[in-house]
Amino acid sequence: MTTMTIAEKNNTEKKAGRPASAPLAERETELRVAGRRAHRRRVAWIWAGRVAVAIVVIGGWQWFTSVGWVDKFFYGQPSGIWDSLVHLFTQGTAFGTIWENLWITVQEAFLGFLLGTLLGVVFGILLGSNRYLASVFGPYIKVVNSIPRIVLGSIFIVAFGLGVFPKVLLAAVLVFFVVFFNAFQGVREVDQNLVANVRVLGASPVQVARHVTIPSAMTWIIASLHTAFGFAIIGALVAEVLGAQHGVGLIISQAQGSFDPNTVFACMVIVAVVTLVAEYLITLLEKSLLKWRPPSRSEAQAI
Amino acid sequence: MVEHRPRSAAAAPAAEEAARIDIVGLTKRFLTPKGETFTAIRDVTLTVEPGQFCAIVGPTGCGKSTTLAQVSGLERPSAGSVSVGGRIVDGITSGVSYMFQADSLFPWKTVLANVMIGPILLGTPKKEATALAMDWLRRVGLAGFEDRYPHQLSGGMRKRVAMAAALINNPRILLMDEPFGALDVQTKAIMQTELLTLWEELRPSVLFITHDLDEAVALSDRVVIMTSSPGTVKDVFDIDLPRPRGNVQEIRHEERFLDIQGRIWESLRDEVTRAYEQTAGAAA
Repeated sequence: MTTMTIAEKNNTEKKAGRPASAPLAERETELRVAGRRAHRRRVAWIWAGRVAVAIVVIGGWQWFTSVGWVDKFFYGQPSGIWDSLVHLFTQGTAFGTIWENLWITVQEAFLGFLLGTLLGVVFGILLGSNRYLASVFGPYIKVVNSIPRIVLGSIFIVAFGLGVFPKVLLAAVLVFFVVFFNAFQGVREVDQNLVANVRVLGASPVQVARHVTIPSAMTWIIASLHTAFGFAIIGALVAEVLGAQHGVGLIISQAQGSFDPNTVFACMVIVAVVTLVAEYLITLLEKSLLKWRPPSRSEAQAI
Repeated sequence: MVEHRPRSAAAAPAAEEAARIDIVGLTKRFLTPKGETFTAIRDVTLTVEPGQFCAIVGPTGCGKSTTLAQVSGLERPSAGSVSVGGRIVDGITSGVSYMFQADSLFPWKTVLANVMIGPILLGTPKKEATALAMDWLRRVGLAGFEDRYPHQLSGGMRKRVAMAAALINNPRILLMDEPFGALDVQTKAIMQTELLTLWEELRPSVLFITHDLDEAVALSDRVVIMTSSPGTVKDVFDIDLPRPRGNVQEIRHEERFLDIQGRIWESLRDEVTRAYEQTAGAAA
């Protein structure tokens, strides 16, 4: 009761404070201007925070290593990483220019990503829509999933040599499970009313998949692609570290051998840029494929 | 006016017309995940004459939806049979449309593509299907909304899309599973009136499931009361309110409507009470 009366009092006070004769249009523009100002202020604060974090982390690192509290011989130094980057792009490496090596790694990751996604989607939809197959293969997939799959890289390199193929294979294996589990779950979540509806209208199993199952599972599959590309890069890099003739992974393992942490960090930066670009492209794909989705509620913020 | 015994299918004349539904001794048992059998409906016998609007009313969980699934051919009966147009249902029945309580629209398809899906699945060329769908959208008052996605429409508009999608193939049988259950009272009344108008143009046989006795009486020619679980037919009432019924909102206040509704409620009340006691007992 007390809160009610307080709220009422506040209301009446506000009403009294506002000039009663103010035209409605004027108040609307006022509100709009105030809203825009609040929005600008929020964006400015977010960017200020971001810059501050970067300065604290990178600046602190630089400071600690130059004062000598942390040994830059083991932990690298931001300015040294920058020099390594410049060196990589101007002088190249012992195995050709950085561009050649980066291109090979990206190629491996991309092919592995495609292969893994394709297989993941096909098997996910197959097992998701068939309970019998799911029950039969379920335990095996769990077993294979619990194997540390990075170790498979060693086997692939022994079996297929130092070329591109074993890297693609390892990347594909890492991608497969991420996409598979999402596609599987996506199919399981399909609205059974929709399936019943098209079946009654005379849809064949292929038509059910084309009109209902696949579009419905697409939300889940695309969500998994963000993580999946990261895994593809990891797969390609690890396989290169294990044994390769070209590639960023090889540069990393050589730098490790010659106690050059700055070059390792420089390679990390390059790969991070590649992953960010890929992430951006996947987001574009997501937006165009899922344009039917209602805008998520979190995008509109309460003022 | 009122028939207090279930109509026996054997007594009905041999079915000639394609839109006739004969359900004889229909029983459906399910295997629960624990491996026990659960009887959803037992020995259901009822007939829907060609072009008749038949409502099934019963307490929650009495197997009304199960009955519809057997008619559509989505499920196979454990015992008894369903025949449509004199032919025993064995697999998906052709010329049937389904409408559910949930919208069951494709959220990733536009309004136009949602309505078009029926003819497309029958193999109609895209151009013809588009023209037909545009015509149906106009008939349900949604011209100009072709390119919207379902989430951009109100509940009533989504129902209209679902109605157009269900009727576009000119089905001989329309199965409706509480289609207006989730709507607010005003929208519901509007949709009921529109459904009746469209039904009178096409005259498919309708099996309409509802909890709402008013809705059942206002819309149908025949109201079937089902018992609480396991469901079976308790009573069948023929409603002889004149057609066309016009505005559903207004019939509700007519004396004859109230009279019929009162009698049917007498029959339904015991079942509802029993079903409530069952669930309350289970909860205690």
